[in-house]
Amino acid sequence: MGDMTDYSPDESNKSKLGTTRRGFLSQLGVAGASLTLAPLLVRAAGDSQKGEDIAAAPAEITSVSLTINGKTQVLNLDSRVTLLDALREKLGLTGTKKGCDHGQCGACTVLADGRRINSCLTLAGMCEGAEIVTIEGLAKGEQLHPMQEAFLKHDGFQCGYCTPGQICSAVGLVKEGHAKTDAEIKELMSGNICRCGAYQNIVAAIKEVQNA
Amino acid sequence: MNESLGKPIDRVEGRLKVTGAATYAAEYQIKNLAYGVPVLSTITKGRVKSIDVQQAQKMPGVIGVMTSENCMMLHSPAGSDPGSGKFAEKDLLPLQNDRVLYGGQYIAVVVAETTEQAERAAALIGVTYEEQKPAVGFENHFATAYQPGSGLGGAKTQEKRGDADAAMKTAAVTTDETYTTPVYSHTAMEPHATIAEWNGEKLTVYDATQSVMGVQALLSTILGIPKENTQVYALYIGGGFGSKGFTWANTLLAPMAAKQFNRPVKIELKRQQVFSAAGRRTQTQQKIGLGAGTDGKLVSVKHDTISETSFVDEFVETAGVATPMIYSSPNVEVKHSLVRLNRGTPCPMRAPGESVGTYALEVAMDEMARKLKMDPIQFRIANHSDMDEQKKKQFSSKYLKECYLRGAESIGWNDRNPEPGQTKQGNLLVGYGMATATYPANRSASSAKATLYVDGHAEILCGTQDIGTGTYTVMTQVAADAFGLPVEKVKVKLGNSSYPKGAQSGGSQVSASVGPAIRAAALGAMSKVIKIAIADHKSPLYDKKEEDIMAGNGRIHLKDNANVGEALVDVLRRNGMDKVEAQAKTNVSTRAQQSTTAPDGSPEAKIEEESKTNAAVQADEKTERKDYVFHSFGAQFAKVLVDPDLGTIRVEKIASIMDIGTVMNLKTATNQIMGGIIFGMGMALMEETKYDPINGRIVTRDMAQYLVPVNADIPEIDVQFIGKPDPYISPIGARGIGEIGITGMAAAIANAIYNATGRRVRDLPITPDKLI
Repeated sequence: MGDMTDYSPDESNKSKLGTTRRGFLSQLGVAGASLTLAPLLVRAAGDSQKGEDIAAAPAEITSVSLTINGKTQVLNLDSRVTLLDALREKLGLTGTKKGCDHGQCGACTVLADGRRINSCLTLAGMCEGAEIVTIEGLAKGEQLHPMQEAFLKHDGFQCGYCTPGQICSAVGLVKEGHAKTDAEIKELMSGNICRCGAYQNIVAAIKEVQNA
Repeated sequence: MNESLGKPIDRVEGRLKVTGAATYAAEYQIKNLAYGVPVLSTITKGRVKSIDVQQAQKMPGVIGVMTSENCMMLHSPAGSDPGSGKFAEKDLLPLQNDRVLYGGQYIAVVVAETTEQAERAAALIGVTYEEQKPAVGFENHFATAYQPGSGLGGAKTQEKRGDADAAMKTAAVTTDETYTTPVYSHTAMEPHATIAEWNGEKLTVYDATQSVMGVQALLSTILGIPKENTQVYALYIGGGFGSKGFTWANTLLAPMAAKQFNRPVKIELKRQQVFSAAGRRTQTQQKIGLGAGTDGKLVSVKHDTISETSFVDEFVETAGVATPMIYSSPNVEVKHSLVRLNRGTPCPMRAPGESVGTYALEVAMDEMARKLKMDPIQFRIANHSDMDEQKKKQFSSKYLKECYLRGAESIGWNDRNPEPGQTKQGNLLVGYGMATATYPANRSASSAKATLYVDGHAEILCGTQDIGTGTYTVMTQVAADAFGLPVEKVKVKLGNSSYPKGAQSGGSQVSASVGPAIRAAALGAMSKVIKIAIADHKSPLYDKKEEDIMAGNGRIHLKDNANVGEALVDVLRRNGMDKVEAQAKTNVSTRAQQSTTAPDGSPEAKIEEESKTNAAVQADEKTERKDYVFHSFGAQFAKVLVDPDLGTIRVEKIASIMDIGTVMNLKTATNQIMGGIIFGMGMALMEETKYDPINGRIVTRDMAQYLVPVNADIPEIDVQFIGKPDPYISPIGARGIGEIGITGMAAAIANAIYNATGRRVRDLPITPDKLI
C-alpha cells in the first residue's frame, strides 16, 4: 500500500506510477482484490477535495509488454483494461469470448504460462512477462491442435461461443494431469459453461486427446 | 439421391469455431468505432425527473450521452410486417419518454472512445426519479388477471371440447393440483450485442439475432429508412434459445447513437443487463384437473394457466397449448390468463408454452397413474391420441408408442418399483420417472438462391441464420444432394439480410422451412443445366428427356445408364457460362397464417415468379396438407438418486427417444436434443430468476446466482431417434428439433424424484430445501 502514497496525476510521474501500480496489481492477485482495494479507494478519495475529482482524473496509461501467441508487443493501455478486453478490443484477437465478465462462465479462458486463467479477471497490466496463449495460438498454421480436432470430430459445441474457452481450458486440464476419470474431467471442466449443452461431447473430445 | 443427408458429418463451420475465427456480432473490426454503455433505471416504476450528465460529459474520451432529451424520434413498429420480426417492447421504444416501467430499463447511453471510459462516465450519471409503487409479486396480482388474445403464431389461448366440469364431477378418479414455475433466463453464452454504422443514409448493423430479416424489417420501420438501405449481418450467433428471437432495444440504441454522434457505435450488454433488459421466461401457476374412469381412460382434462407479462408488451406463455392434442379425452378445457407486473417483458424461451406446460401436465399424469395404480407408460398408452381430437385431423406421422417402449428399455424401467421411496442404492434413494415430449412441427414460407459455378462449386444464399443448431451443416447436406455434389463443393451462406428471405430461427422451423426452399433452388439450377445439355448438340445428353436425367458425383447422366452423361462444369464451359443460378420460394405454412405473397416488383416477387416453373416447388406446394396436423413426439425418461438426509438430487441417466421425422445429421441432431435435455435439467433442478419482493428488481443477475447446468451435473444421456420421414411436411421429411428436447424433461425428473422419495414437489426448481 505504501506505493500508493505517490499517487499523483502529474505527467512527469507517469512511468514511475505505472511501475508501482503494476507491482501493486500483481500483489492484488495474491492478496485478493476486495480486501486490498477498499482502503485504496478511501485513501485516494481523502487526498482530493471531492470524490468526483478522482473519477474525473485522466485515465492512467500503462505501458505493457505482452507476449501473446509467441509475439511480444508493447502496448500503451488504460490501466483498467482487462486482458480479455485488450485481446478483443485492442489486438483484434476476438477468439477469446466475453460471456459474463465476472469469471463465472469460463468463455474467456486463455492459457498463461500454460495455466488456464479467466482473462476477464486479469488486468492486462498484470500479464507482463507471461506467455499468453489464446485460441488463435493453438493451431500450427493449417494444422489444428489435437484438442481442436477432437472438438470438431466429437461435436463438442453448437453455437461455438464458449468453445475457445472450453478448448483452452481442456488443454490446460490435460497439462495439469490430474483428471483421470470421466467424473474428474467433468468436475475440472465445470468452470466452463456451455449453455447449448454439448458437455458429453466435450468430455469425449478431452478423453480422446488424453488417451492419444 | 441422398448421398449426404442423414450422414453424421462434422459441422461445416466447425473449423472456424474451434480456431476462434467465427465472428460474432460484437467482434467486427470497424474503423473509428465508439463504445456505447447503457445506463439502466434503478427504480421499477415511475418517471425520470432529471438526468445530470455534466460530470460524465467532462470525462476523458466521452463523445456524448444520449438520453430521452436529445435522441432521435422513433416510429412505432406497429405497421411492420408481423411475419418479419417482432420488437419485444412495442409500448416502450427506448428513450422516447420519461416513463420507467421496469427495473433495469434503458435511461441513457454513454458513448466514448473506449469501453472503460464509457463505463466510468456511465457511473457518474445522476438520475433523479419520481418513484411510484410498482406491481411486484406474481401471486399478489391474481385478482387482476385478464384473458389475453391469441398467443405466439396466433395460438388459441382458450380451448374447449365437451364439458370438462360435468365430466369431472362424475369421473371415478380425479386429481386436481397446482404447479408453479419461476422466471427463467435464457442465459445464452453470447450477451446481446449490436454494432451500427451509417454511411450517409445507409445503415449497416451487426446484430446478435435469431432473425436477420426481422431486424432489417424492424429497423427500417422504426428508424424510418428504406429496407434497401438497411443491411443486417448475423453470421454467427452465440446461442439464442428465444432471447434473440424478438428484437430488443440494444438493436435500436446502437444505430440511434451512431447517427447522433456520427460514429460507428457498439453496444454490448453486460450479463447483468441481459437478465433485466433482454427477455426471460414468464412465471406460471398451472392448475391441472384430470378425471379418469377405473379403466384408466381420461374423461376430463382441465388446464388453467396464469402467467405474467409486462407493461411494455403482452406475451402469453401458452402452457396449455399442447393439452387438447396430446391425449385422447372427450372433455377438455384449457384457459390462459395474464397479470401485469413491473418487470422486463417476457418472451419465447425454448419451447415457449410446451416446456412449462408439459411439466405440469405430465406430473399430473404421473399423479393420476399413481391413483389408478397403473404403470405411467401403460396409462399414457391407454390414452394415446390417434388423432388431434381438437382439430379433428390426423397426425402427419406419429410413432410415440415406440418411443415409450424404447425409452423404457434404455432406462431400465423394469427395475422401477412402483411404490415410491422403497429402492436404495447404498444410502441413496433411487427413482425412475418418465413423461411425454411434444412440440409442433412448424414450417413457414422461405426462399433461397442457388448458384452453380463453372469451377465446379456451388453456393446457396438464404436469409436465415445458424444460432448453433447446425443449419449451415444440414443445409449444405440438403444442397449437396440436390446438386449431386460432395458437401465440400457446396458453400451455404446465411445471416445476411440481402439474401432471399428465409425463416427466423424460432419455433423449431428453420430446417423444415428453408430446407425445401434450398433444395428447390438447387434443383432449379440443375434443371437449367440439364436443359442446356439437352439443347446442346455436343452433349451426350442431347435431345434426351429431362425426366430421364439425374445428377450425381458432379455429373448429369441418364438415370438408367450413368455412362451416358457429362460433368456439370463441361456443360457450362462449353456454353461459355461462368455460372447458372436459380431462386425458389416455397410458400408452405403449417400454421394457418396470412398470405405471404410479395408486393409486385419486389425482389421476392421475382422469386415467386421464377418458382411457378420450378418443378420441386410445384410438387411441394401441391402436397395435400390440410387434413393433417404436424407434431413431433418423444418419450423422456430419467433415473435419479436422492440423498434422503441432505435432499441433494443427482440425475444418473436420461433416455430420450424422439420421433422427429428424417434425421438430417445424427451428430448435430443428437447434440440438439441433448441441449434440450440439459435445459430441462436446469429448469427442473436449479434455474430461477429471483426478484426483490419489495422493489421488484432482479436479485439473481449473474451466472453465479442464476445457476445453469455445468459439466459435473451431466448424467449419461441416451438419445435415440425413430428416424421415419414425415411424408407430408416436406420432400425432406424432417421436422425441427430445437425445442422438443426440453419438453417433458422437467416432468420426467420430477416424477423420478417422487418415485425415489415419495415427495411430490409441485414447485420448480426442485432444490434440496424442498425435499428435507
